[in-house]
Parts: sequence; structure tokens; C-alpha cells
Amino acid sequence: MTHTAKQVKQLDRVIIRFAGDSGDGMQLTGDRFTQETAAFGNDLVTLPNFPAEIRAPQGTLPGVSSFQVHFADHDILTAGDAPDVLVAMNPAALRANLGDLPKGATIIVDTHDFTARNLTKAGYSENPLDGDTLAEYALHTVDLTGMTVEAVKEFGLSRKDASRAKNMFALGLLSWMYGRPTESTHAFLAKRFAKVPDIRDANIAAFKAGWNFGETTETFIVRYEIKPAPMAPGTYRNITGNLALSYGLIAGGVQSGLSVFLGSYPITPASDILHELSKHKGFGVTTFQAEDEIAGVGAAIGASFAGQLGVTSTSGPGVALKSEAVGLAVMTELPLIVVDVQRGGPSTGLPTKTEQADLLQAMFGRNGEAPVPIVAPQSPGDCFDAAVEAVRIAITYRTPVMILSDGYLANGSEPWRIPILDELPAIDPHFATEKNYGSGDGAEFWPYLRDDATLARPWAIPGTPGLEHRIGGLEKGDGHGNISYDPANHDFMVRTRQAKVDRIADSLPPLEVDDPDGEAKVLVLGWGSTYGPIGAGVRRVRKAGYRVAQAHLRHLNPFPNDLGDILRRYDKVLVPEMNLGQLSLLLRGKYLVDVVGYNEVRGLPLKAAVLADVIGGLVAEAEGIEVDLTTKESSDD
Amino acid sequence: MTELGIPALRSGTEDVPTTDLKQTGKDFTSDQEVRWCPGCGDYAVLKAVQSFLPDLGLRRENIVFVSGIGCSSRFPYYLDTYGMHSIHGRAPTIATGIATAREDLSVWVVTGDGDALSIGGNHLIHTLRRNVNMTILLFNNRIYGLTKGQYSPTSETGKVTKSTPMGSLDHPFNPVSLALGAEATFVARTIDSDRKHLTGVLAAAAAHRGTSLVEIYQNCPIFNDGAFDAIKNPDTKADALIPLVHGEPVTFGARDDEGRGDKALVRDEQTGGVKIVATADVDASDIVVHDAHNDDPTMAFAISRLTDAGYLNTSPIGIFRQVERSTYDDAAREQVAVAKNGDAADRAARLTALIGGGDTWTVL
Ligand code: SF4
Repeated sequence: MTHTAKQVKQLDRVIIRFAGDSGDGMQLTGDRFTQETAAFGNDLVTLPNFPAEIRAPQGTLPGVSSFQVHFADHDILTAGDAPDVLVAMNPAALRANLGDLPKGATIIVDTHDFTARNLTKAGYSENPLDGDTLAEYALHTVDLTGMTVEAVKEFGLSRKDASRAKNMFALGLLSWMYGRPTESTHAFLAKRFAKVPDIRDANIAAFKAGWNFGETTETFIVRYEIKPAPMAPGTYRNITGNLALSYGLIAGGVQSGLSVFLGSYPITPASDILHELSKHKGFGVTTFQAEDEIAGVGAAIGASFAGQLGVTSTSGPGVALKSEAVGLAVMTELPLIVVDVQRGGPSTGLPTKTEQADLLQAMFGRNGEAPVPIVAPQSPGDCFDAAVEAVRIAITYRTPVMILSDGYLANGSEPWRIPILDELPAIDPHFATEKNYGSGDGAEFWPYLRDDATLARPWAIPGTPGLEHRIGGLEKGDGHGNISYDPANHDFMVRTRQAKVDRIADSLPPLEVDDPDGEAKVLVLGWGSTYGPIGAGVRRVRKAGYRVAQAHLRHLNPFPNDLGDILRRYDKVLVPEMNLGQLSLLLRGKYLVDVVGYNEVRGLPLKAAVLADVIGGLVAEAEGIEVDLTTKESSDD
Repeated sequence: MTELGIPALRSGTEDVPTTDLKQTGKDFTSDQEVRWCPGCGDYAVLKAVQSFLPDLGLRRENIVFVSGIGCSSRFPYYLDTYGMHSIHGRAPTIATGIATAREDLSVWVVTGDGDALSIGGNHLIHTLRRNVNMTILLFNNRIYGLTKGQYSPTSETGKVTKSTPMGSLDHPFNPVSLALGAEATFVARTIDSDRKHLTGVLAAAAAHRGTSLVEIYQNCPIFNDGAFDAIKNPDTKADALIPLVHGEPVTFGARDDEGRGDKALVRDEQTGGVKIVATADVDASDIVVHDAHNDDPTMAFAISRLTDAGYLNTSPIGIFRQVERSTYDDAAREQVAVAKNGDAADRAARLTALIGGGDTWTVL
């Protein structure tokens, strides 16, 4: 291969967005670029964004699907606020994404689809590639489709099939531009299309042609180099949140020695957990695709009663349907994992977009006093640890536990250091085998006689002789567990169930507060997937020379024991959330601390730059100083 | 062969551990005070079940009763087995989890007409089509008892109740027709007050592998007294009840010396269903011979349609259908077993391999 002399430019970070029609394979393209980037050793964060419709009308704005990947030579936290590079496969993709681009951004456009008809569909009255509307950008117009068809003509595919390989041409071009290793994509294509050799060969040929085009054309004169990022020693892989969560549930089963039983009903964006777990029956995992959300959780409760680890996975609308059954699990005090991959609400809302507005539903969305522990992962890889922690709590305390993931974590990905299993907690289901009340012939089994330390009740599974007992949704008498309508007993049991959940806090480590010199007056407290943008916002503020502390909650119920003291140590506490202030409400109610919310519900992750401004404003107020966040250095998010 | 003429197929309790200890009804009676209204049909069913369970010879700790909400759903509290009194309509879902998790348990669901057919209708039909190994006892009193007397999905149209002072507007379900439509593999009907028939049906239901649906006509003397008088009254019941016995011609009414009733079922050419005729008017070979094992549920459905939707003057009872079909829980366990087989290594080692799979890279 001959090399035209190309300039090589060093960069510390790049944000690329691939955008096209939902039938153009942009998710696959983004995913492959991500895998190549992970293999290269950059740190990375991804943000897929796609319509709820399987195939929205072709060429229209609602049909645009995109995949953003941010990669760097250092540790990064978000998928990036604004893309440096946009690859637009048609007019709609250009139009839908242009508004997010900063001036000077690179735009690579497939000119093939810029026909009068497609321009109209996208709402353009004139071709934006003509004239100077895009003058502020570095625009590259390339007939990607035409060149793809040319490159694959030897395989004798129909024109339609041939042009479908254009996403691989684009991937090849970008892979060249950023010096990505290509072996994994070759291997991937060979495997994926193993059964259709023509398509396989065409895709590989298009991918290579894209690379070679970059190398030979005059259109692109610069290649970029982003060095690998230093990372802690270990073996890494790239992982999405739903995959990490599925692995975490299997790990919870292995650590506890229990078989996992998933009862679930398909729902976006949680279905991939059902898909993934159904592949791992070899671990003793049973997956039951139920007739509805309620049957999914009901079967999981049944499995738990029978001595397995009952799990149900869903999104917000499904949690609403399951709430009565979760209340039953609270009353019967059986282990149960409820995974809520949150999406935009209310009602059907925005099925493929992210939000954090189910916190109060998880906390209070049941009749009666029905406390349920809540854990939340903060990044895609962290979904693994959150799942293991949820299993630990559910089994140790005999209680349903809610895992609050979200659409961004579910589909987003990051490099993940593969955990060593020995480092995970051992979880002991500690089944009851003996009668526990009285002695000799009069000995009985009391299903609600509690452990002194955890207040957990004994878990006696069917098949255990002598421990036959009945549980159910009616109020139980303390200890013996028979139905009781006694007012004092009810008061006692309500308080005891709450006390049991509160007591989980005793098993939690102190909340980590990142406050480098301990002098900050402003604390930013978050939960869930806002970890990345908050961390990036905090970095920007610190880089500009100001002090700010950051803490992130894994446990939303109960809160860590030291949270109140920590909140009171700071003059201002900022709580950014993708809802209208649900954690803020809980904090104010519990600690009487006047936290300040920053709230957005746009279906998208928060932006680091916006958060930096908000934090800067609070720092200015708290310290009585002027805050100027403009720095010459590039930001680190 | 059971008394009702059904030969036993692969047993529903085959994998459940048995005991040699002599059991009596008392062993299955819990220490909880039974709290139904005096005269409630539930008492008779409870007694029948308590005295029937020892016949199964199963270990008591391997029996699980699950119920929903309603008067009958208190049932598990009165039996000294494992049990769960769950939430309204959802007992079949919980039982599905139990039955799928454990092949060594005998799983029973106790439910009512409101619980199973109204709030829980969806779960009932899906459990039946999946054929999860459990026995569902559907106590049909054709009224809401626990909430004090509203019409139910089996109440006759026009029923005047607290919630329908001008008469109910709904057309009722026929639970047997519904179950057959849902492709149930075992569907039977019996009566609270006929201990012998009830016990025979229970034995066949427990022996059946798959979901057995047993509709039990149960009188609620408080809110719907007399709903079943025509089929219980010694003077009228011979003409009201159409007993189904596998392999026998279906006749009822006044019996002759050979035990043949003066009424019979024959095919109705006009409707494609069955109709009631005077036995004397037809050739003996034209009388429908009951075949519960017929894979095609058409005839069973036709017979189920003879049940009155209004006041119950006519009703077939017995086992409408019993066919063999693979059960969901057996198949689900089989998939797990097959998947496990290929993996000899211990779970932890395999998990390490799983999470470390895919494209990885190592940082030193
Ligand atoms: S209301 Fe009717 S069904 Fe309920 S316990 Fe009383 S008699 Fe029985």
C-alpha cells in the first residue's frame, strides 16, 4: 500500500458522532468503532441515541439514529457535550445533529442521499452543501454510497444490498483517520455474516475501501493520533450497562450459591437483560418471559419462596404494574431483585431516552408503609457491582431491592476492569433448617422470629421438614407470623419492617467525599448516571482554580449513616438530577438541609459545561468571589 | 384407572418425595381457627382436601398451597403444609415460579371466580396454555363474598347486587369453556357437597402432569344462597347434572336398571354441537361416548356449552378433558439441565471465563 504523505496531528480527546437513518446501521458502526478504540487502549464513553420506532419513515428527522463516542488519552467521564466530528449519512442526519456542533467541527457527509426528495423529507428547501450555510465548519463531502457500490461490485450484489455496506466504508474511513486497529472488526464481520459469504465479503471490502480511501485521497490530509490512556493495571473489556448488570446478577447467584430466576416482560430499555440472562442457563439461570409485568414479578416471588434468587427486570411503566407484588415481597420478607432501567416518563414517555424520574416511585410507589432498599449504578461497568450489592442486601435482609439503572447506562459503554471474583462478597442465604421457638416436643417454627443484628426473618424453603408455615399479604403477628389484626402488633410490625431496612445502613462503608484539600464550601451530590457529567463539571471548575467537593450515592435507601453530617459540613449542596428534584426532596425531608437542585428532563445526559457553570455560580455565592471558568487548557470530561 | 375412568398418564407428583408414615387428615390441619361463615361451601371442600391429601402419600413439607384474595383464598392458612396467601388474581404466577423452580413440590392453587376469572383472568389463561404442573381449585360461588356481595364474572346477567341495583349487564364466563379455549390439558368440574365426586376429581387432577383446572361449584349462603339448588336438590339433580365418565355414553335423568339415564347427548347436526334428547328416541349408537383423552377439544367444548349461563338448571360435571402435553416447568428445567451439561467446570470458574470473554486488553 502506498502512503501519500499525510500530516499527523496529536490530540488528547475526540468526540465523534455517527448519524444516519435508523436503517443505516449507525449503532453497529459506532459499536465497532468503540471496540477498536477500546482495543487501542483509549479511555472512552459512548452515547447511543435512537428512535423508539423500529424503522421510522426513511429519511425523516424522527428516523435519525446516532451513536456518539468520546475517547481520550486520559481518564474521561462523559460521552462529551458537543461532537468534534459528525458523520452524516443523509440530509436528515445532518439537520438533526447540526445544532449540537461547535463552530469549526468537522462534518463528513455522504452526498449520495442529498437528492431533492430527501432534502424535502428532511425539511431543507435548499441543499445545505451548496452555498455557505456550512462555511463555519470543516465540511467534507464524499459520495460514500457510490464508492461503496463500486468497491463491492465484484460480489454481484443487488444495488440495494451493495449500498448497505456504506456504513462499513464510513467506519473504514474513520478508522484510518484515527489510527484504529482493525483486526477486531475484520473478525467481527467474518463471524456475523459467516452464513452469507457475499455479504460478509462485501462488508469487509467496503471497510477496507474506506480505509484506503482515507489513505489515498486528497480530501483528508490529516490523520490524528490519540495516545492510549493510562489505566489501573488489570484486564479490561468494553461493556454496556445492561450487559454488566446481567453479569452482576449471575455473579450474585454464584456468590450466594442460588439459582437465578428471572421473571420478565419485554420492555425498552430493559429487554437486553432478559436476552442476556436467557443465554446463561448453564449457570442454573431460569428465564421466564411472562404474560405481563405482574406475572414476571409474581413468578420471581414464587421462585424466591421456593429458594431461588427471584429477579424481575423492567422499566418505569413496568414498576408501576409490579408495585402491589413488590408490596407482597415486603410483607412476606422474601429476597427479590427489581431492576428498573429508567426511561423518560410519565406513562409511555420516551422509551429510548434516559431519565432518573423513578426514584420516588421506587421509594414510595406502593400502598402502606412499604420500605424497599434502593441501589443505583453510576456508570455502565458499575452496573455489575450494583447488582452484586443488591443481591447481598436482598438475601441478607430478606427484602425486595430496587436497582435503578437508566437508559443511558443501559446502552452506553465504557472500558471495564474485569473484576476478580475473590474480591466479591460471599453471600450466605442461610436457609432455616431447624425449629426456632421452644424446645423438645413443643418446639415450633416461627417464620417471623428475627435475627438480632439484621432483623431479617428466617428463610425456610418448602421441602424442609417440620418448618411448614404459611405467609402472605395480611399483617403478620410478631414472631409466630400468624394473621394478626392487633393494633399494637401492626404498629410494631410497620416500625420493624422500616427498622430492618434502616439497619442496612450499618453494613455500608462511609460515603466517599472527593474534597482534595478539605476546604471546599460547595458539595455536589448526585446519584446514578449523572456521575460522569458531574465529575466532568467538577473537574472544569477545579481546573479553573476553584474548590468544590463531590460525592455520589450508591445507596438511595437507606442513605449512608454519615450523609447528614456530610451535607451539613458544606455551605451549599448542589444536587443535579435528570428529574424535577426527587433526591433533593428526600434530602430536604430527611436532613432539613436546603439543598439546591439542578434539574433537566430532556431525555439526554446532563452536560458537563452546563454543570460547571452552575457549580461556578454556587462557588461564587458561597465564597463571595468572582468565578471565571475560562481556561486555556482543553477540558477533561 | 381412577374411578372416573381416566387412566393415569405420567404423574403430576412423580418427582415429589413420598413418605411411608401413615398420614391422616389431622396431619394436614393447621392450628388456625377456620373463619368462614357458617354453612359456607368452603368448609366441605377444606374437609375433603384435608382427608384426601393423605391418599397422595407425599411428604407434607413438599406440598405448597398458593392462593389469591377472596373468601376461599384463606384456604392455605388452614392446611399444615407450606403456603402463601398472595395478592388478588396473581396466585397462578407465584405458583408458576414455585413449580418451575422445584420439581420436587406438589403445587396447588386455590382461587375463586373473581380472583381467577376477573382480576387474574390473564394469568389463568396463560398458565393453562403453558401447562405448568399445578392443580388449580377454582371455587365458583358466582358472587363476590369477601367484599360483601357484588356480582362476579360468573354471575348470571341481570343479577341484582349491591353494585347492580338495576341488574348486572355483563355476560358471564363459563370457566370450563374458557379453560378449554385456553388449551388447558386438564379441565374438570365438581361440587362442594358431593364429597365422593370431589375427591375423585381431586385424585385425577393431582395425578395429571400439567395444569389441572378444577371448577368447584361452591355455595355462598350469605350472598348467593341457592345458586346451585337445582343441581343439589335430590328431587331435581338427576335431571340437572350431566355426569361425564370417560369411555361411557353420556346419559342422565331417571336411570333404568342398567343405569342408563332417560336423557342422552347426541351430536346436533344443525349447530355442530351437542344436544339433549330422550334416550328412548335415539339409537344407542348415536349417543355421545365421552372421550376425555381426545386431543381435539371440540367435543369437550360442545359439552361445556350445555351449562346454563343463567340460573343453573343444567350442568355437565366430571372430567371434560385430560390430554398429555409437555409441561412448561419440565421443559424449562430440561433447558437448564442441557445448558449445564456442556459446562463441567464449577460456576465460579465459568463466570470468570464469561465476564472475561469478548475483546479484552491488559494493562500492566
Ligand atoms: S361470604 Fe360466602 S363465600 Fe365468603 S365465607 Fe361467607 S359464605 Fe363463604
